[in-house]
Amino acid sequence: MKILPGGACEAGTTRVNKTGGWRTFKPVYDYDKCIKCKLCELLCPDMAVNPRDDGYFEFDYDYCKGCGICANECPKSAIEMVLEEK
Amino acid sequence: MAPENKLDKSKMVVVEGSYAVAHAVKTCRPNVISAYPITPQTHIVEDLSQFMADGEIPNCEYINVESEFSALSALVGSSAAGARCYSATTSQGLELMHEVLFNVSGMRLPVVMTIVNRAVSAPISIWNDQQDSISQRDTGWIQLYAENIQEISDMTAQAYKISEDKDILMPAMTCMDGFILSHVYEPVVLLEQDLTDEFLPAYEPERILDPKNPLSFGAFADPNYYAEFRYLQEQAMQKALKKIEDVANEFYDIYGRYYGGLIDEYRTDDADIIIMAMGSIVGTIKDLIDKLRDRNVKVGLLKVRAFRPFPAEAIKEVIKDSKVIVTLDKNISLGLNEGALCTETKSVLYNSDIRVPVIGYMIGHGGRDIKVDTIEKIVDDAEEVIKTGIRIESQFADLKEELL
Repeated sequence: MKILPGGACEAGTTRVNKTGGWRTFKPVYDYDKCIKCKLCELLCPDMAVNPRDDGYFEFDYDYCKGCGICANECPKSAIEMVLEEK
Repeated sequence: MAPENKLDKSKMVVVEGSYAVAHAVKTCRPNVISAYPITPQTHIVEDLSQFMADGEIPNCEYINVESEFSALSALVGSSAAGARCYSATTSQGLELMHEVLFNVSGMRLPVVMTIVNRAVSAPISIWNDQQDSISQRDTGWIQLYAENIQEISDMTAQAYKISEDKDILMPAMTCMDGFILSHVYEPVVLLEQDLTDEFLPAYEPERILDPKNPLSFGAFADPNYYAEFRYLQEQAMQKALKKIEDVANEFYDIYGRYYGGLIDEYRTDDADIIIMAMGSIVGTIKDLIDKLRDRNVKVGLLKVRAFRPFPAEAIKEVIKDSKVIVTLDKNISLGLNEGALCTETKSVLYNSDIRVPVIGYMIGHGGRDIKVDTIEKIVDDAEEVIKTGIRIESQFADLKEELL
């Protein structure tokens, strides 16, 4: 990605600028506890929770910044925040 | 050799400095003017307001704002939308704009603003020095300083041409000394509309805010990207060095008037002592130089027109064969005991092979009159430095010891 003077950019540049690298803690599902209530998908501020064909959900780690809202709000504590080790 | 200034006396009128600037802005055909009054700048925006009321500035919005912060913020949006923008301010007003100055420059918006130089509070002073604009030197604005009303008027059109160049796109401050230039009546040639239309093309930015083709300006840059934006700004400033010279020459070709490009020289050819200064003080120095030259004192003047970008090479070229440099500053960096011109001149010489002593004087703070006698005494000091070396590197020139 080349930068433009003045920081001008078109909409949708995060398609190339993957922001998942900001993450310190990574959300991980425990599908045995998940009741498919969809709260995590609804509350994710970055649209980084995607539905799967089987009704469960998965994280898009290219964009999940690890804010932890999903884990905090999950009524079944089915999401654990795990320290990223790179 | 600098071109000879050709002033057409038949075109001259006697007007106030502020009026000459307002008239110059009008002939540049601005699209948005934001205005907030502050002494000694107010007359400029008042005159522009009158032009607006008389229908003399077509296709232009005149925005009354509630503070200087708003004045410049309004121009951020306007300039990003493709408008040629203008405002004027001074002193506390300029300091209130500080945050927005960085945004204008960072977004590469070629706004032009007249700074009517005034001292900063506290204590309150409405009189002239150059502390206000000098304190904004790192904000990424081109800074040009004018010697007289004719120059500040003509500099307005030059500033737009420099700033709006596609390789530059950096905002510019054109600086005039408060009261000394803003409130004085002098004979001038008002910027000619027909010539300005020839000199200054319409502003055609490559990227603008447009709902049909949405863009963000000044978008977030994380540590992976930020430094490169700063690098591009610095690169633009370096390109502006040549552009300022080119534009001064183009201006001369069309209007026949010339005041120097990055710098100007007066009787420097064989000078042992070179005085460096910016703004209206230059006229006083020229008078003194004529007087001293009659007494065979080899003294010359280096007028600094462009303070940002700083014309390091042009300065070195002029001073390399002299025996002492004297810098006069209407500002001080508190804690360094030097004015900016002194510090920066020394800094560009340090790693060069030019070994000329530099002595600095802080002078004319808060509007104190700068007398010929004061500068003459400084020249005496400089002669002493040639003989015996530097004793005091930087000092106030006109302190009243009896008040301390």
